[in-house]
Amino acid sequence: MIRKPVSINQIILILVLALVALMFLLPFYYITVNSFKSFSEIMKDPGQLPEVMRLENYQRAIDQVKFPRVFMNSLLITMFSITGMVLLGSTAAWKLVRVPSRISAFIFFLYTAAMVIPFQSVMIPLVKVASMTYLLDSLPGLIIIYLGFGQPFTVFLYHGFIKGVPRELEESAMIEGCSDRQIFTSVVFPLLKTITVTVIILQTLWVWNDFLLPSLILYDKDLHTIPLSINRFFGQYKNQWDKALPTLVLSILPIVVFFLALQKHLIRGITEGAVKG
Amino acid sequence: MGQTEVVPAADYEETPGGIMKQIQRNRVNRIDRNYLLFSLPGFLFFFSIVLIPFFIGVILSFTEWNGVSSSLPFIGIENYQKLFTRDIPSLSSLLFTFRFTITVVIVSNLVGLTLALAITALVKGGGLYRVIFFLPNVIGGLILGFIWRFILINGLPSLSEALSLPFLNSPWLGDPTTGFWGLVIVYVWKTAGYLMVIYIASLYSIDSAVIESAIIDGASYWKMLSAIRFPLIMPAITICLFLMLSWSFKLFDVVFSLTGGGPFRSTEIFALNIYNEAFLYNNYGYASAKAVLFFLIVAVITVVQVRFTKRREVSL
Repeated sequence: MIRKPVSINQIILILVLALVALMFLLPFYYITVNSFKSFSEIMKDPGQLPEVMRLENYQRAIDQVKFPRVFMNSLLITMFSITGMVLLGSTAAWKLVRVPSRISAFIFFLYTAAMVIPFQSVMIPLVKVASMTYLLDSLPGLIIIYLGFGQPFTVFLYHGFIKGVPRELEESAMIEGCSDRQIFTSVVFPLLKTITVTVIILQTLWVWNDFLLPSLILYDKDLHTIPLSINRFFGQYKNQWDKALPTLVLSILPIVVFFLALQKHLIRGITEGAVKG
Repeated sequence: MGQTEVVPAADYEETPGGIMKQIQRNRVNRIDRNYLLFSLPGFLFFFSIVLIPFFIGVILSFTEWNGVSSSLPFIGIENYQKLFTRDIPSLSSLLFTFRFTITVVIVSNLVGLTLALAITALVKGGGLYRVIFFLPNVIGGLILGFIWRFILINGLPSLSEALSLPFLNSPWLGDPTTGFWGLVIVYVWKTAGYLMVIYIASLYSIDSAVIESAIIDGASYWKMLSAIRFPLIMPAITICLFLMLSWSFKLFDVVFSLTGGGPFRSTEIFALNIYNEAFLYNNYGYASAKAVLFFLIVAVITVVQVRFTKRREVSL
């Protein structure tokens, strides 16, 4: 093919988009640049590059919010919750699709209806129920609660996908005498790979970033997640930006890396999740 | 979970003639035994974590419970009466929520759609822009609110000097009007990229033959947009409108960290209003009534959405 010369329209378009992109990135520039400054330097001119890179700001931030600890808490909660959601959601959706009955239809209806319930309509009694069932102030407790809240959407996504998966393979595996569990683990689940990636991405973004639910369940500082410790930190050091900005930069780093590493999957998963959700 | 083994495979080897019957019987067995094993665990979590508290919440909305006492003083529909007739702050919070929702639904969709049109018109390099515009969306609302507190208090005033744009130097979080627009800016910044991704997917799915024949027919850019592109991406428009509608109506964390509802409760979005009623003022019964109303509004929005989407699907 002959390379077309870049038209004037394209150049204008690129310039305008670049300008808008800079505007979108400006907040990241501001918090990163100022996280290396002293307080008086921040106040003098936030737009300027730092005179010296004060890495000790970060050392202090890591100590003050106990970053390794809260990072581990966030990671554990997210990993176990998502694994549980995938397991419970995929198995349930498979049976709900493959065994059409009135019960299946009713359960599926409950799941779709429950997706409408806003968290605020559940949180008040939930805290009470959680305290009576020892789910309060414990990481496993919070994970169990996530499994309950995650189930409707997870089942919904898997349900829509499994309906389009032909059942011939499962039937021939059944004739060969495989147990249900073997059929699921070795035949069905591998076929669900794309939707599983979507589920993992969408639920990870939710659980990792969630603030309100963990704030109602976890009181012990040692159990805090990243958003919880950031919130506590800001309660203490309101507008002391030399202390606050490094913690903010640190706290967005993991999810930004996660996004940049998986952006292709992520964007596809989000399109699918939106169209189905 | 290990007790429910399936009928061993050896069973139907012995009666070769009756294989189909065996399979059928086997299938019935599997329904009985494994249906529950596979679908019940998740349902139990869901039932006890979501459904039971939800119904308890409905009951609480008819009480004056303070969150601590073991007695539940029933007061009938008094909470609802108060909410609809006497509680001016809550009603103005609801009004603010509607105003905010309508504004961000429109602005964010306009920005998202414009970005999508621009990016799909690029000959190359669209991927990079897509990543940049989507980036704010992966950051949690709470942290995002804190980030923007810095930008609005310190960042924009300094930018206003550098670019000599005086309007950027507003008391963003100190005044009800600018507070409203501050929230709108932040939330559009977070969501526009998400909507853009959906619009891009939809725009790319348009058959290029349609576009080419329109170009041959000499259709102008705007004609092509209004007569061809927009009608063809109508399903995406519906999805994005309602997605934004339900997100922004339920928004909590960005407001919590950015303005905290202030100044003078002027940006107290309804989700935050319920939270404060329960956990700040300890009026659990009254907060539950608000939560029920909140649920009803969200439910109506969703039912309308489902209707809309179904109708679109038929016409496609």
